[in-house]
Amino acid sequence: MEQLLLLLLFIPLVGAVITALSGKAAKTVALISSLASLVLALILVFNFVSDSSSQFVVNYPWIENLGINFHAGIDGISMITVLLTNLLIPIIILASFKHEYKNAHGFFALILFMQTGLLIVFTAMDAFLFYIGWEAALIPIYFICAIWGGRDRIRVNMKFFVYTVGGSLFMLLGIIYLYLQNPAHNFDIQAFYNLQLDSAQQGWVFWAFFIAFAIKMPIFPFHTWQPDTYTEAPAPGTMLLAGIMLKMGIYGVIRWILPVVPFGVQEWGTTALILSIIGIVYASIIAFKQRNAKRLVAYSSIAHVGLIAAGIFALNTQGLQGAMVQMLSHGINVVGLFFILDIISSRLKTNTIEELGGIAKVAPKLAIVFAILVFGTIALPGTNGFIGEFLLLMGVYQYNIWAAAIAGLTIIFGAVYMLRMYQGIMLGKTNDLTIGFKDINGTEKITLYILCALVIALGVYPKPILSLSEASVQHLLEQVNQKLISVK
Amino acid sequence: MIIDLVWLVPLIPLLGFLITGLGRNVLSKNLIGFIGSGVIFLSFVLSVAIFFALGADANKSHEVFLFDWISAGRLHIPLSFLVDPLSSMMLLIITGVGFLIHVYSAGYMHDDDGFGKFFSYLNLFIFFMLLLVLGSNYIVMFIGWEGVGLCSYLLIGFWFTNDSYASAAKKAFVMNRIGDLGFLIGVFLIFTTFGSVEFSKIFPQAANMMPGHSSIVLITLCLFIGACGKSAQIPLFTWLPDAMAGPTPVSALIHAATMVTAGVYMIARSNVLFDLAPVIQQLIAIIGLATALLGALIALTQTDIKKVLAYSTVSQLGYMFLGLGVGAYDGAFFHVITHAFFKALLFLGAGSVIHAMHHAQDMRHMGGLKKKLPVTFITMLIGTLAIAGLPPFSGFFSKDEILAHVYEHNKLMWVIGVFTAFLTAFYMFRMLFLTFYGTYRGTHHAEEKIHESPKSMTIPLIVLAVLSAIGGVLGIPESLGGHHWLSKWLSPVILHHAEAADHSTEYMLMGITVAGVLVSIFIAYAKYVKKAHVPVPDEAQRSLLGTLSYNKFYVDEVYDAIIRKPLDAFSTFFYKILDTKVIDGIVNGLGWSTNEASKGLRLVQSGNVGFYILMMVVGIVSMLLYTYLSI
Repeated sequence: MEQLLLLLLFIPLVGAVITALSGKAAKTVALISSLASLVLALILVFNFVSDSSSQFVVNYPWIENLGINFHAGIDGISMITVLLTNLLIPIIILASFKHEYKNAHGFFALILFMQTGLLIVFTAMDAFLFYIGWEAALIPIYFICAIWGGRDRIRVNMKFFVYTVGGSLFMLLGIIYLYLQNPAHNFDIQAFYNLQLDSAQQGWVFWAFFIAFAIKMPIFPFHTWQPDTYTEAPAPGTMLLAGIMLKMGIYGVIRWILPVVPFGVQEWGTTALILSIIGIVYASIIAFKQRNAKRLVAYSSIAHVGLIAAGIFALNTQGLQGAMVQMLSHGINVVGLFFILDIISSRLKTNTIEELGGIAKVAPKLAIVFAILVFGTIALPGTNGFIGEFLLLMGVYQYNIWAAAIAGLTIIFGAVYMLRMYQGIMLGKTNDLTIGFKDINGTEKITLYILCALVIALGVYPKPILSLSEASVQHLLEQVNQKLISVK
Repeated sequence: MIIDLVWLVPLIPLLGFLITGLGRNVLSKNLIGFIGSGVIFLSFVLSVAIFFALGADANKSHEVFLFDWISAGRLHIPLSFLVDPLSSMMLLIITGVGFLIHVYSAGYMHDDDGFGKFFSYLNLFIFFMLLLVLGSNYIVMFIGWEGVGLCSYLLIGFWFTNDSYASAAKKAFVMNRIGDLGFLIGVFLIFTTFGSVEFSKIFPQAANMMPGHSSIVLITLCLFIGACGKSAQIPLFTWLPDAMAGPTPVSALIHAATMVTAGVYMIARSNVLFDLAPVIQQLIAIIGLATALLGALIALTQTDIKKVLAYSTVSQLGYMFLGLGVGAYDGAFFHVITHAFFKALLFLGAGSVIHAMHHAQDMRHMGGLKKKLPVTFITMLIGTLAIAGLPPFSGFFSKDEILAHVYEHNKLMWVIGVFTAFLTAFYMFRMLFLTFYGTYRGTHHAEEKIHESPKSMTIPLIVLAVLSAIGGVLGIPESLGGHHWLSKWLSPVILHHAEAADHSTEYMLMGITVAGVLVSIFIAYAKYVKKAHVPVPDEAQRSLLGTLSYNKFYVDEVYDAIIRKPLDAFSTFFYKILDTKVIDGIVNGLGWSTNEASKGLRLVQSGNVGFYILMMVVGIVSMLLYTYLSI
């Protein structure tokens, strides 16, 4: 079985190389490669035993004298993120089909290269490997945004790059510190779990990791790179960033903070939870009056991710399981929304809400899929968003009722800004600009129908997803609690 | 057993939604109308069968399990349905009244381009409404709860090219969401208190708890906030009048007969919990009474025929909450039923008038329509008599039952409640007289085109008129020689019954109400028929109370000033100052200072090899020192 995991990591890498060499056929090659990855991910899901163990494990010595191993495996938590990555990459590639990018082979090769980086992050069981994946995922997206982005791309990307690399350096320090504390002198995740650090040490490590992850998600107040970057990036770049890449931060918290430094979490978790909740309200309120729809969705993403982070730091099954489902759901919904905004801006050359309006009249199909994605985003029961937000809020509620009441404002505020955006773009009278709008067609239709089907399927029957990660989440919580209790 | 097939009741409308929705551009209007109404009729037939099966069964509570929906840790939420006297009664109302309104819509919406879309939305609404009442736990109820909110949003904004309609739709959804947050938090509290969200696990546990238990008080408060949103109670009522932007059948079905009574249903369903929280019951009674009075006061001066009915709905919902608050759950539920009949009738009648008037809704331009629209007039007269509460029409029995319980509870509340009943009779007859009596006040050209509505519209009116007239038989009190069938039917669900007044007191109360109502009608007659008074134009001078009433007590304006404007200001401040200047400023400042520092550091990299070696030695020595010292 271990070949499967190697295959998982290498298909996109090989796909990237072939794509880079294939000139005009690049996007088709990339799509085939990503579909192969998706099939493989589904094979993994079907062969996955729903317990807490790491499966399909590979472990090769890599740099032996430093104790670095190519050690990777998939447990329930990884499975969700692997599925998310391999599900969204083909969708994002399909969503890019209508564009004629310059040097398309480079563009699509970078996407696939990034996929490998992401998959390493989500499967690594060796901290060094994790860090390699972390940086390997950043480089391609940097180029995607810097080369194919909007007018202000250079300045904005510089900030994004420096910000995230700065964050990663803290994490690197944390990893090296843990390595030095590890008597076995290796980067093995299990060895990190078994370390006996005191609370002060754990506090430092907590912040070293948390800053890196908080920037990636982003959590208030580490978020100011995000709206600019999302707005300036080319649509596929935005989808990659919001749909998949930010989940690296969420995954990182679950995998590398909670079980490694439980005392750090005990001491600083409340601070992190409060920051997350501030982010929900703050970003939602900012989203109210955004004129640019892309920027509005960017801020809404901060709010939604804030709720996921709050659910994680609540440290209970509902919160963590909610985070797992919501990672997937948020990925689906945000990719769909950014794709729709891309369709609109590539036809009308604007995402400014006031300039639009009445598109529903001329594009009824778009009106329906847009509405489904909007209602998924604002967590209407029966859509994917509800499962996640319900469990997350319930998790936060068990932590503190007031935290839940404030975090719960997202269900009101979300409706306000999302419906305002929908109304501004789709409803009302058509104007001179929107009157000639052509409804969705071809690959646009396929992509959006798939996304909408996922929104509803996950909302109606979330059990398969929930049961994938349940055992691993339970195990993780037991691990954390045992450590906390054993010292007391 | 037929009860086990209850899942078909919501499933059939869902299929109807899919067929009419996907086939909206392919199928003919007649076929869509037939399928759309037909599926509801099938559900109705099934509901009737279930109702009788339940009546014949000794076991009055059946759970029908479908599948596990959400589970995480201790939390298990199955998708399962509960068939009991309360839900089976609701099934009849939803599918029965729903069917009539579907038939009516086939006529009313016939010339609309969105005919197929309209029917698919209506079917979807029925599906969610059925889910709401059938859910065996609070979460399945919540799917329906928010689902009907979605349909309400879609249908209020049905003519979405009108921006103010689209805004009304958004307002309805957002205000409902405020309540929904309360509902959700209430559900979380229920889960932590009882370890389950299933009715069958919660209520038996609650029956053993002491009244005034703090968790229960908080739970019921949260649930009540949820009910306020959905059932348009103070302070969350302002969306309902705006919701009249939707097509009139929608106002009848969603914003009068069914969806807005969901809050009453939910509280009646949770009666075991509310009985344990007298403080919250008192709050519900006060809010209900205040809403009833406020709605009636506003309705007094409205000139749009649908607005009058909208505020009257707010007011009648207030009565239902008043009933819930004084513990008369069956009385409140009785009023849900009779109100569904007469208010659906009144809205559909108003729709018939609007249809005849070519979409004019201002009563100042109506008048004298009695002759031209005889069926509409007669049926609306019956509806008006029913809502005014004159015997033997249905509204008399249900309203009187509530007021009798209020009298036992608190005399002052009774006085206000009865006064509101007088106002109700007045504004309803004002509406009737302005529309149908006197002389026609519109243009001559328009007058010639006025005609009675087609059969598909008048037949539902007639059926509803019959139900409004005789609906009272469901709950004839013992004082009038009845046995109150409804109360007995609901007794397995509603455990505790409020004390009723003795018969002589009841006669006296009835006498006072009926006399007052007759006087109110007479005053309205004298003013609007005898003196042929027509409400003054918008810009005319009004008395203080008239101005307040006409401008809806400026509630929207107040909300705008204390909630929306500050939030907008925060939004601008957060974005333009805090985010861009302060937080990002600090970030950029860090970047800048790093840059400056690196300029300084660059001097160190002079290219002087000797300097490098020196620094290397310093580095090695300090590392050695560090290791030495730390050992």
